[in-house]
Amino acid sequence: MAKLELKYGNHACAEAAVLAGCRFYAGYPITPSSEIAEKMAELLPKVGGAFIQMEDEIAAMGAIVGASFAGAKAMTATSGPGFSLKQENLGYAFMTEAPCVVVDVQRGGPSTGLPTQIGQQEIMQSLWGTHGDKLIPVFYPGNVQEIMVETIRAFNWAERLRTPVVLLLDEVLGHMRETVDMEQFTPDRIEVWNRKKPEVPPEEYLPYKPGEDDVPAIADYGTPGYRGHATGLHHDYTGFPTTDPEMCQELIERLIRKVKRAQPELEKNEEYMLDDAEVAIVAFGTTARAARTAVQLAREKGIKAGLLRVVTIWPSPEETLNRLAKHVKAILVPELNMGQYVLEVERCAKGEAPVYRLNRANGKIIYPGEILEKVEEIVKGGK
Amino acid sequence: MSTNIPMEKIIEKKPYFKYLRLDKFPTIWCPGCGIGQAFRATCMALDELGISNDQVAMVSGIGCSSRTPGYFDGFTLHTTHGRALTFATGLKLYKPELTTIVFTGDGDALAIGGNHFIHAARRNIDVTVVLINNWIYGMTGGQVSPTTPEGAYATTTPYGNYEPQFDIAKMAIAAGATYVARGTAYHAMELKKLIMDGIKHKGFSLIEVLSPCTIIYGRKNRMSFEEMYFWFKENTLPVKAWEKLPEEKRAGKIPRGVLYHDDSRPEYTEVYWSKVKQLSGGEK
Repeated sequence: MAKLELKYGNHACAEAAVLAGCRFYAGYPITPSSEIAEKMAELLPKVGGAFIQMEDEIAAMGAIVGASFAGAKAMTATSGPGFSLKQENLGYAFMTEAPCVVVDVQRGGPSTGLPTQIGQQEIMQSLWGTHGDKLIPVFYPGNVQEIMVETIRAFNWAERLRTPVVLLLDEVLGHMRETVDMEQFTPDRIEVWNRKKPEVPPEEYLPYKPGEDDVPAIADYGTPGYRGHATGLHHDYTGFPTTDPEMCQELIERLIRKVKRAQPELEKNEEYMLDDAEVAIVAFGTTARAARTAVQLAREKGIKAGLLRVVTIWPSPEETLNRLAKHVKAILVPELNMGQYVLEVERCAKGEAPVYRLNRANGKIIYPGEILEKVEEIVKGGK
Repeated sequence: MSTNIPMEKIIEKKPYFKYLRLDKFPTIWCPGCGIGQAFRATCMALDELGISNDQVAMVSGIGCSSRTPGYFDGFTLHTTHGRALTFATGLKLYKPELTTIVFTGDGDALAIGGNHFIHAARRNIDVTVVLINNWIYGMTGGQVSPTTPEGAYATTTPYGNYEPQFDIAKMAIAAGATYVARGTAYHAMELKKLIMDGIKHKGFSLIEVLSPCTIIYGRKNRMSFEEMYFWFKENTLPVKAWEKLPEEKRAGKIPRGVLYHDDSRPEYTEVYWSKVKQLSGGEK
């Protein structure tokens, strides 16, 4: 039986984190993500977890990585400017393979931008924000129920791949109240994964020696006998710095490869009326909600439109997007930025179908009617 | 380090060798550098306190002193520039049972990491900070730091430094640190005692270690490494003796020893986890 509850987006994220096993949260106040910290401050002490409000965004990111090394499932949440500040330590988490979840509730940017209004301008930053090459999973849910699903999934993949995972929300999702079926989130219903532990005796333990899945089994700090070293420098299997060119190249290739090879399992999209579609809309987050309505409106007018809602935005659903381009006459990418994910869609389409844009960066959502108008324009253009 | 003497024999004579990752030696430190003295003092202190390798986490940021954890056989984290205390705070809060030591320098802790330093002190979290104050950015080649003496030369002060120095100890006390001490690389055994008391202390401890950057600061300011060590001998004195000096004779003299010690303030993680115990029944 369904157990329906009206839930606030940011609170749903916090509650799901606790269900996924999160026992450490460090944060810093920033609109529109602060309610996640407030909820965690309330929930964590009751389940024996640690909450700390740090002195700044950088410190919050550092603290969750420190706690992650101590064995905690750890999370922080932020928004635009705070996400920028976290980037260096996010890169450190990637390099040292510290599992953690970083939530970015997107607002209008750049700079202080539009703190209380929606944006989708961190699509590229979520992957490329920190310096150096990297590949990290980035999930972007589309409703409050899905915020819970994706928060749990973010923790699970962070643990399995020993990587930071970014969970993108946006101001509308974070501040939206929606019905959630809590029956789906009882302990017996949800799947919770934990990081692997070393299986070798202490004297053979090499913290950064990867397993067959390219993921190393690093012992939680404090595990007797399993002492180790972690550094943001290029390092060998012992975790100690190296400049050996072969080892450095292999390290970066492995860090990317471990996420890439999980891509088929990581990929998550929702297809809506795509079977016979001639115009496909590719969208995510709040914009995908408007796109869904636009598809219905187009269908009422006899236009064969469909929607591919991308949930795992990185690594991108490369083959799915390529197949889609072969299958339709045109693709439209509406997004609340000046054209970010459209670049990836164009890359994956490989010229199989023309890719159109609908962009906005003024803090307002894109309405279904506007998407419909653009779809009609594309169809009338005879393309 | 290649040696034919079996490790057990060395440890018998020098028990603090058990904390060293000798396979990672030699260290990156320059000849005459004082970081090794502070590192040795820390290992000796841990040994005397009977704290095992498995009970210690050592965290650092970026810089010469921040390379220390690599040579320490414990749970070690070499993190980002200035941020060691943030990682250490997360680690210590989640696993308070680990003795947590931060190795840092004047640039790392006071310039880029200044904010974290004052807030860790304010929280009075049980972390022992060994701050190597060598008056310069050594690893990047000798730029001016917040503790470079006025008039001194650095690669970014070719006409002499015209900024005033930070008084690290005063700042730490003002921010809320509950154990603040100053030692030097010259006074090795005294330093061991200061670090030992810092580790024993429940709360935020700072041990400032005046340490010569022989190759870079020394070269820039025409001081040999002997001169630098003797400078510490001649210009520092025990805090009790310093206090007895009349005001006019204090100029240029630096007090050593325990500058501040307060056991009355509660420690951060103890306060937090006792609150959690009330709310949750103590389960993690």
